[in-house]
Amino acid sequence: MSATMSTTPPQSPGYQLPKEHYLNATYGIRSWLLTTDHKRIALLYLASVTFFFFVGGIFATMIRIHLLTPQGYLVTPETYNKLFTMHGVAMIFFFLIPSIPAVLGNFLIPLMIGAKDVAFPKLNLLSWYIYITGGCFVLYSFATGGLDTGWTFYTPLSSVYSNSAVTPAILGIFINGFSSILTGLNFVVTIHTMRAPGMTWFRLPLFVWAQYSTSIIFILGTPVIAITLLLAGLERMFHLGFFNPALGGDPILFQHLFWFYSHPAVYIMILPAMGVVSEIIPTFARKPIFGYTFIAASSIAIAVIGFFVWAHHMFLTGESTYAALAFSLLSYLVAIPSAVKVFNWTSTLYKGSISYDTPMLYALGFIGLFLIGGLTGLFLACLGLDIHIHDTYFVVAHFHYIMVGGAVMGYVGGLHFWWPKITGKIYPEFLARLAAVILFIGFNLTFFPQFILGYLGMPRRYHDYPPEFQVLNVMSTAGASILALGYLLPMLYLTWSMRYGKVAGPNPWPATGLEWRTPSPPPTENFEVTPVVNWEPYDYKNRPDLGLATPTAPTLAPAHGDD
Amino acid sequence: MQSQLPFYPEQASNFAPSVDSLMTFLILVSVFFSAAITAAIVIFFFKFHRKSKNEIGVPIHGDMRLEISWIVFPAFLALAMFGWGAVVYVDYRHPPQDTLDLYVIGKQWMWKIQQPNGRREINEMHVPVGRDVKLVLASEDVIHDFFVPAFRVKMDVVPGHYNTMWFRPTKAGHYHFFCSQYCGTNHAVMGGWVTVMEPSDYAAWLSGSTGEDVNPVVAGEKLFAEKACSTCHLSNGTGRAPSLNGVYGGTVRLADGSTVTADDAYIRESILDPPAKIVAGYQPLMPAFQGQLTEEQIMSLTAYIKSLQSQPVPATGAGVTVPGKR
Repeated sequence: MSATMSTTPPQSPGYQLPKEHYLNATYGIRSWLLTTDHKRIALLYLASVTFFFFVGGIFATMIRIHLLTPQGYLVTPETYNKLFTMHGVAMIFFFLIPSIPAVLGNFLIPLMIGAKDVAFPKLNLLSWYIYITGGCFVLYSFATGGLDTGWTFYTPLSSVYSNSAVTPAILGIFINGFSSILTGLNFVVTIHTMRAPGMTWFRLPLFVWAQYSTSIIFILGTPVIAITLLLAGLERMFHLGFFNPALGGDPILFQHLFWFYSHPAVYIMILPAMGVVSEIIPTFARKPIFGYTFIAASSIAIAVIGFFVWAHHMFLTGESTYAALAFSLLSYLVAIPSAVKVFNWTSTLYKGSISYDTPMLYALGFIGLFLIGGLTGLFLACLGLDIHIHDTYFVVAHFHYIMVGGAVMGYVGGLHFWWPKITGKIYPEFLARLAAVILFIGFNLTFFPQFILGYLGMPRRYHDYPPEFQVLNVMSTAGASILALGYLLPMLYLTWSMRYGKVAGPNPWPATGLEWRTPSPPPTENFEVTPVVNWEPYDYKNRPDLGLATPTAPTLAPAHGDD
Repeated sequence: MQSQLPFYPEQASNFAPSVDSLMTFLILVSVFFSAAITAAIVIFFFKFHRKSKNEIGVPIHGDMRLEISWIVFPAFLALAMFGWGAVVYVDYRHPPQDTLDLYVIGKQWMWKIQQPNGRREINEMHVPVGRDVKLVLASEDVIHDFFVPAFRVKMDVVPGHYNTMWFRPTKAGHYHFFCSQYCGTNHAVMGGWVTVMEPSDYAAWLSGSTGEDVNPVVAGEKLFAEKACSTCHLSNGTGRAPSLNGVYGGTVRLADGSTVTADDAYIRESILDPPAKIVAGYQPLMPAFQGQLTEEQIMSLTAYIKSLQSQPVPATGAGVTVPGKR
C-alpha cells in the first residue's frame, strides 16, 4: 500500500471537510467561467447537461400525456412532431453524449490516473464553451419555430420539405461536434501521457478504459456527423444537390453517413456507463473484478466493431441483400463483447461481500436493463425479424432500454458513487435507495409495453394511433409519471446534501482507486504529492490502508447472515 | 381473425408464420439468458450479502475456461439467429416469378395504388388471397414506408429509387397498413386498409372499375407519342435508339461492356438519366426527363414498354435504353 499519501482510517467518524479544496480555493463568477480546473469544468458540464435533461424531459412528458388517447388531445400533429424531434435532439446530442464523458470523465480521469489535470486544460474549457454555443443555436431553433425532422434529420425531409427551424439546429449540432472531438482528444492524450508512476495500462481503472474507447469514437466518428449535417444544411440553404434526388442527389447516401456516426454514438453513451458499473461492482462486492482484461478488451472491441455495423439501420431501404447479410453478421459480432461484460460483472458478485448501497442498486439495475436492451438488439439485427419490427415501437423500447435503462442508470449511479468525492458530502441513503427502486419500476412500466406495441405493429412517431393500442400506451404513460418522480427525487436530495449532507471523508465506501486517496473534495491540484501506484486494480486483500479485514480462510460462512 | 399467441398480431401472409417463429425462437433464447443472469444476481446478492462491516470478498481474478465458454457458446447462438433471419430475409428480397404487380406511390400524406388493369385506389389496396403479389414502390417527395403488420412486411419508399416488396396473402380480411418511415406532419394518418379477397371476388371487383381509370398501358402509349419517344425508338430497330420490343425482363448489353437486367428500376433510370447506362451500339442522344415526368407517368411508360413483348430484340447487341442524348 505504499501510499505516498496518508489517509485517515475511512470508517472513523467525525470527519471535517478539508480547509481548502477545489470548490472554495477561489471565489466569484469569473473563477468558474474562466477556470481550467478539470473538476470545475466537470461541474459546469453537470449544470448544463442537467438543464438539457430537463428540457428533453419536459418534451418527453408532453409526448406521453398526448399519447394517453388514440387521437391525442394535447397538441397538434405539427407540435407533436416537434416534441419528439426536440426531445431526441436535446437528449442525445446535449445530454447523453456529454453526460458521463464530460461530467464524470472530466472529473475523474485525472484523479484516477494520478494526474494534476487533463493534458490541455484550456482546450478543456474551450470544449465547454463550444458545447454552450452549440446548445444556444439549438435552443434558438427550438424557440423560433421548433424542429420537426426527427433527430435523424433524414433527407429530403430535412433538407427540402420541412418548414421548421432546421438550419440553426444543424449548425448547433455541427458546432457541438467540435466539443466532443476536443474532449476525446484531451482524454486520449491525458491517458497516454499523464499516468502516475506505477499506473500501468493494466492497472488502469476500467472506467478509464471505457473512456479511452469512447474518446476514440469521439475523434473518429464525430467529424462524419458534423460534415453530413453540414451537407444537409447546404442543400437546404443553397440547393446544392447532395441528397435530394430532384437535384441529382441520393437520400440513401445521407443515411449511410448519418449512421456511420450515429450508431457508434450509441456506444459513446453506453461504454462510459459500462465503465461506471465496472467501478461500482467490485467496490460494493469488495473483491477484484472478474476477468479484468476481458472487460478492458471488450470496450476496445465494442468501439472498433461498432464502426462496422451502421447499415443495420437500413435493411429495408432497398440496400443490397449482400450488404444486409454482412451488416447483420457484424451486428451479431458486436453483441459478444457486451455479453462478455455482463457475464464478468455477474461472476464478480460470486463470493463477494455485497452491500445494498445505492450505487450498487443502480449497477445491478443497469445489468438487468442493459440485458433486455442488448438482447432485443439481437431481434433487430435479425434480418427476417427486422422486416416486421423496423421503425415500430419495438425499436423505441429497445433504444430506451440501452440509452435510459443503460446510459442514464449508469450516469445516475456514477453520480451517487462519486458524489462524496465531488462534494465531500453524503446524500440521505434511504431516499437514494427509494429513488433507485422507483426509477427501476417506473422505467420498466414505461418501456416494456412498447416492445409489445411494436410487435403488434404500432409505428414510431405517431401522434394518432388505432384504438387497439390504447391500453399499452396508457400503461406506458403511467410508468412515465413514476419515472419522472424517480428523476426528481435525486435532483432534490443531491442538491440538499451539498449543504446539509454529512461530511463524507476521503474514502467512505471504501474503494481502491487513486481518486479515493485524496481528500473529499480534492484540492485544486488533486494530490499534494504525486502518488505512486504499486497495487493491482480492485485489490482489497493487500490494502491495509483501507482499514478492512483480510479474508479469514474461505469466506464460506452460511448464507443469510445479518450484518 | 385472431392470432394464436396473445401478443402476436394476426397472421395473414406467407411471411407471418416464419417471422413469428423467428420471434418465438429469439424470445426463448432471451428469456433463458435473462432468467439465468437475473437468478445468478439475485442468489449472489442475498447469499453473499455483507455479514460484517469490515468483511471483504474472496479475491477471484477470473477463469479462462469460463471466459472462452461464454464467448463461444453465445457466438454459436448468434450465428443461428443470423442464419435463420437471413433465410427469411433473402426470400423476402427476391420475389418469385409470375407475380401480380401493383404500383404504389407514396406522397405527403397519401398512398396511390394502381392495379394491373389501371384501376386506381387511394389508401386502399385490394389483393386476392393465395396469389404472389409484388408491389413496386415509388415516392413523389420524401421517404415513406409501406408496412402491413398482419403480413409482417414493410419496405421503404425512397424518392429517386424503385423498391419492391412481395407477399402472398393467406387469409381473406381487412388489414391495416401504415406509413412507418417518418415523413412530416401527417405521417401518423398516412395509412389505410388492405382488403384480401377470394380470387373470384377480386376479379369481380377489378372489373367493376369506374370509367375514369385509364389503363396504364394505354396511358403510357399516349405519353410515348407525346414525348416523342417514338421518333427514335422505332419498333423495327432501325431508329437512332434501340427498339424497345421485348426488352423488359431481358438482359441488356451496355456500351462499357457490362450487362444489366431491364427491370422497372433500369427503365426508370434510363428515362430520367439516360447517360447513366448507354446501350452498346448507340450514341448518348436522348434528353433527360428528370423533373419532367411524375412517378405515375413513369409507371405508365414502364407499363407500356412492358407490354411490347412481341418481337425479339434486334441483333445489334442490345435492347433498351431509352437512349441517350446530348
